[in-house]
Amino acid sequence: MRKLMTRRLLVGAFSLFALAACGGGDSSSDNGTTSIDSAAPSSEPMPTAEIPQRIVSLSPTHTEMLFALDAAEQVVAVDSLSNYPPEAAAVLTDLSAFEPNVEAIAEYEPDLVIIADDSMGIKAQLEAIDIPVWIGLPPASLDDVYAQIDELAAAIGRTEEAKAVVGLMRSAVETILVQAPMLDEPLTYYHELDDTYYSVTSNTFVGSLYESFGLRNIADASEGTSDYPQLSAEFIVSQNPDLVFLADTKCCGVTPEAVAARPGWEGLSAVLNGNVIAMDDDLASRWGPRIVDYLYAIGEAIAGAVG
Amino acid sequence: MIESTRRSWWLPGAGLLLAVAFLFGAMIGPAGPDWWRVPLELLDRLPFVSIDSGVSPLESSVLWEIRMPRVVLAALVGSMLSLAGASYQGVFRNPLVDPYLLGVAAGAGLGATLVIVVNRTATESWPIDPLPLAAFIGGLLAVLLTYLVGAAFGAARVSATLVLAGVAVTSLATAIQTFILQRNSEVVRQVYSWILGRLSTATWSDVRLVLPYVIVSSGVLLAHRRLLDVMRIGDDEAQSLGARVDRIRLTVVVAATLGTSAVVSVSGLIGFVGIMVPHLVRFLAGASYRRLLPLTVMVGATFLIVADVPGRILSDPAETPIGVVTAFLGAPFFIIVLRSRQGALR
Repeated sequence: MRKLMTRRLLVGAFSLFALAACGGGDSSSDNGTTSIDSAAPSSEPMPTAEIPQRIVSLSPTHTEMLFALDAAEQVVAVDSLSNYPPEAAAVLTDLSAFEPNVEAIAEYEPDLVIIADDSMGIKAQLEAIDIPVWIGLPPASLDDVYAQIDELAAAIGRTEEAKAVVGLMRSAVETILVQAPMLDEPLTYYHELDDTYYSVTSNTFVGSLYESFGLRNIADASEGTSDYPQLSAEFIVSQNPDLVFLADTKCCGVTPEAVAARPGWEGLSAVLNGNVIAMDDDLASRWGPRIVDYLYAIGEAIAGAVG
Repeated sequence: MIESTRRSWWLPGAGLLLAVAFLFGAMIGPAGPDWWRVPLELLDRLPFVSIDSGVSPLESSVLWEIRMPRVVLAALVGSMLSLAGASYQGVFRNPLVDPYLLGVAAGAGLGATLVIVVNRTATESWPIDPLPLAAFIGGLLAVLLTYLVGAAFGAARVSATLVLAGVAVTSLATAIQTFILQRNSEVVRQVYSWILGRLSTATWSDVRLVLPYVIVSSGVLLAHRRLLDVMRIGDDEAQSLGARVDRIRLTVVVAATLGTSAVVSVSGLIGFVGIMVPHLVRFLAGASYRRLLPLTVMVGATFLIVADVPGRILSDPAETPIGVVTAFLGAPFFIIVLRSRQGALR
């Protein structure tokens, strides 16, 4: 019953979201939840005064944000991994987000290049040829995400759309968290990054999403070494997590069946109770508006585990 | 007389050490049963023995399904790499040679990279995991290429040309691998974690996969131990004693490559073992291949079992890559041995 209710509410939220995304600045739908929080800015300040019309996105996350902000006509190129939304296919290129090539980027004559980190030093190179760069660093929390969408929107002249997008995200997140079952005992979980048992701690952004449901992360035992530890199989099995989230379905082709077939794993309670959940790798590693979908999937998994 | 009696103790000694290491490896880990229950549990598995080890079903499955295959695989990989290293050093009469010399590592790495880049979601329905298969084939193809290049241009000085061809093929394969990685940077971590060694995900099916290759390869190499002693005096001299040098070299290279490719395909690249263990054994027990090769098998297995233990518990519950541990443990130990034997060598 509760599950049904959640679904109905969310479908409502998402259709609004879709409307906002396609229809543009209909500011009446923003539910008044526009108070910008004071979260630490996770991005560099906006570089230009004019509204950019030839944007190149070298970050799948920010491609998703751009399209959600209804800025499709301002985008001339996206990197090779920007596989969402489907409309982005029209501007998909073989530009690499990891090994960006300044000359290849400059060919598109961009007036703004969007990147998610500057480890390759591309910002200085692009600015040397007078191409402004906007950096949206990975967030630490949902508040950082909202703030980053607002900042990106300000940089591309889409502040009204940002109000709608962020407002819808906030209300959807709130609904999902409110509807999530209350847990008497916190459930434990293991988030799998690849088939060699790399995982995340609660210090990571995706870890913070699970934390907001009150789940307990078995990988937190390795805190202090790395936030992306490679757990030993012995440890995972002996911890016997209630939930296993597979964020390696795309990268490594892992399935719940494959997990059940791993030697020594067949007796895990998550395997026995069908609580090994195939997640979308892309959603788990990006922080665009679809993070709502990821939270929804977590909520569904918890409901399945307790119901 | 006293000398030969002392030397005859080496083999049983090494066997005992291996047994101790095996038990040690089975007892220590981040989870599973209390360490002192493990020997009881092992005894319980023997036919006609029934002991209540007090191990819970979960602990038992950690021990038998996760830790034991890992220990056994470490033993197989360690012994195979060490034996192949010693054999290569013998046929090339070059102490710096390791089992990756003729391009096995780079070829296997290229094969693994290709699968990781291409396969993505497609492998679920495959009857076998394509990753070890591609690594195996990549390793063999690289060595085949090395051999063809070496044989084509080095008829007179086969061994030197072969080594140089190996260097060239290794560079080529590494360059292609790097290029593919540049184009597909999202898989860098997966490839990297394969390169650093994959004992952490060992299963019995990995053991079953490599065991036949290890047995055949080891059998062939061990059968050649007397001929390798003859080869020590030089190609021409060995030829004049009736040894068919080129044929021996080809057989040993093929056997060592087959074994190395097989273990590399499941374990990734574990460096240093294949060069360190043979030298260690040489320093301790002398340079005769008759004794060196069997001892190398035992010591190699012992070394990798022991080296894998810190990998499991050093940053518990996280893993420390085995390749890091082998170099970290092995290098200082090796230097100490070198130093202590310096006087004896002069």
